[in-house]
Amino acid sequence: MPQTNTVEEIVSQPYKYGFITEIETEKIPKGLNEDVIRLISAKKNEPDFLLNFRLRAYEQWLKMKEPDWSGLTYSKVDYQDLVYYAAPKQDIKKKSLEEVDPKLLETFEKLGIPLSEQKRLSNVAVDAVFDSVSIATTYKEKLAKHGVIFCSISEAISEYPGLIEKYMGTVVPINDNFFAALNSAVFSDGSFVYIPKGVECPMELSSYFRINSGDTGQFERTLIIAEESSSVSYLEGCTAPMFDTNTLHAAVVELVALDNASIKYSTVQNWYAGNEEGVGGIYNFVTKRGECRGKKSKISWSQVETGSAITWKYPSCVLQGDNSIGEFYSIALTNNFQKADTGTKMIHIGKNTKSKIVSKGISAGQSKNSYRGLVSISPNAEGSRNYSQCDSMLIGDKASANTYPYIQSKQPQSNIEHEASTCRISEDQLFYLQSRGIDFEESVSMLISGFCSDVFNELPMEFASEADKLLALKLEGSVG
Amino acid sequence: MISSTSDTILSIEDLHASVEEQEILHGVNLLVKEGEIHAIMGRNGSGKSTLSKVVAGHPSYKVLSGSIKFKGIDILELAPEERARIGIFLGFQYPVEIPGVSNLEFLRVATNSRRKELLKSELDTFEFEDLVKERLKIVEMNAAFLERSVNEGFSGGEKKRNEILQMALLEPVISILDETDSGLDIDALRIVASGINRLSRPNSATILITHYQRLLNEITPDFVHIMADGKIIKTGNKDLAIDLEKSGYDFIDKNNKGKEMAQ
Repeated sequence: MPQTNTVEEIVSQPYKYGFITEIETEKIPKGLNEDVIRLISAKKNEPDFLLNFRLRAYEQWLKMKEPDWSGLTYSKVDYQDLVYYAAPKQDIKKKSLEEVDPKLLETFEKLGIPLSEQKRLSNVAVDAVFDSVSIATTYKEKLAKHGVIFCSISEAISEYPGLIEKYMGTVVPINDNFFAALNSAVFSDGSFVYIPKGVECPMELSSYFRINSGDTGQFERTLIIAEESSSVSYLEGCTAPMFDTNTLHAAVVELVALDNASIKYSTVQNWYAGNEEGVGGIYNFVTKRGECRGKKSKISWSQVETGSAITWKYPSCVLQGDNSIGEFYSIALTNNFQKADTGTKMIHIGKNTKSKIVSKGISAGQSKNSYRGLVSISPNAEGSRNYSQCDSMLIGDKASANTYPYIQSKQPQSNIEHEASTCRISEDQLFYLQSRGIDFEESVSMLISGFCSDVFNELPMEFASEADKLLALKLEGSVG
Repeated sequence: MISSTSDTILSIEDLHASVEEQEILHGVNLLVKEGEIHAIMGRNGSGKSTLSKVVAGHPSYKVLSGSIKFKGIDILELAPEERARIGIFLGFQYPVEIPGVSNLEFLRVATNSRRKELLKSELDTFEFEDLVKERLKIVEMNAAFLERSVNEGFSGGEKKRNEILQMALLEPVISILDETDSGLDIDALRIVASGINRLSRPNSATILITHYQRLLNEITPDFVHIMADGKIIKTGNKDLAIDLEKSGYDFIDKNNKGKEMAQ
């Protein structure tokens, strides 16, 4: 394709969120051992059950090996060379926003997440997490009127220990995998959501994660519980400054949906991806899983993954309840030397369970972009159905795209459909748009948005255009 | 409508062009003035579609020598979008489908890029909807087409009508319509032809590329050119198309060969 070079230039725009906030930070010394875990737990005044949870996880982690099956190659992480707790120095008991360091508020404002009462987003409650701690959560009072709990996980541990003890680690067990075990031992902060029975959460909930320190591992923990007949839509966003070292981000997200409950979980991930030579960037090794425990419950994941040097994650649904539904909608854009190995697992256990997978991968530069997914139908899952569609778009001739669909069916009365395609930006489509006066950059951007539209349509209204903009930002100089 | 004082819109001189290293156009000359309707006829592979793509600036086609001027300005260095903005419109023989891109949004962005060039205000979504609904009448299209993806799942006739709708919105100075009549049934042909007639202006011009006389029964050309082997070999008035329909291309070939031999 003669215009390949130009397309590649368009997909290589500078990272806008690479700034560092100069702020005094309290860090514990580097390294990981039992004392460090006790120190983290003590800093957060945690109850004994949680310290034990951490210590058991640590014990398991020591016995585990870092996985290497994905085919991703990266310089291994030295776990003794990381800082496991970093927090901006400020009064921890921040009762109101006035007490939050203005530098932090400024940082989030710069990221497009204003927190102050005058400027905050009108229909979205935000939990802002800076390095290891939650800075502020907006609209708490309004949500409380509906019985909805939305706070940092640290706060939930001290305020609602019963819920934490009942649910944490039940979806992703402490020994689930190497990174989940590590997270369970050292997790710092994250968000907690509880939607009581029969409540439709009155607004979008959103967490914004910002890594600021270069040598600090990021271990967030998010837990969302939707009681019977409740529903919630939650979105997380992530950015980080540019460092030439790799920063590890190993989060765990657990979702629980009871009878007739519905959880929509959306991610817009834009961690720093490293420079054009592949130096630096975040290792995004994340375990996300939801359990549809109740009948007719529904969990829907949607993700727009544009950042990170390496993304390695499979947001999954365990469909236990009869007639429960799992969905996964994904856009993964990789450029330069980025690598993404992402997809989902749909585990059908209950009868008449349904799942749908729509994955769109766009690879440019010398990046590698893989969809890897499992559809498993257990013997009892009569009448279950899955539909999977995996489309890849290649830009230039040095990028690669792979699809690894694993299908295991032990139930003959089930129905599994899989479609996959690979394409390039079509010169004829580009010419068609250009011949109508639309400039080259905008034409490329329109084609890519079109390619991704099935997934954009699944994002919450407030964020669909944001995500489109984010792609456009990666794809062109100006934001329309 | 034609007068000798009319301004020239398009002048093509001794144009040689290739695609995939193969020369297709071997010296095309064409002069199009304001108010004129030209028809270019010829067999498959004679270079008609190549000529239209070269004028519109398709990146796969390379100009080897010769010139293309629009209102006296050399356009060979202009990108396709720049040619479109100054008023060159190509109606595609096979309009591509663009899944996921809303037809309405596409039409709006295209219209605004042309309006910007004309120093007219850009239209917001609401203003544009008013305009497009009015223009839809020209091609007797249903507003439901606007909600769909660009050309996706459109029938052949619907795609061609969508092309004419774009022409109606962009208000080009010169429209090159590449086999707009192919694949149309009688009714669709009438709609498309009447659309083209309604859109012609004294200060604009049209080039119809076609195989058949039937479109020319609906739109009367001022000039008919016959293309063969990458050149315009014969130019006449509307009667030439009628002769061609009667006697076929073989007749032209023979005639032409005789002429060449005489030279």
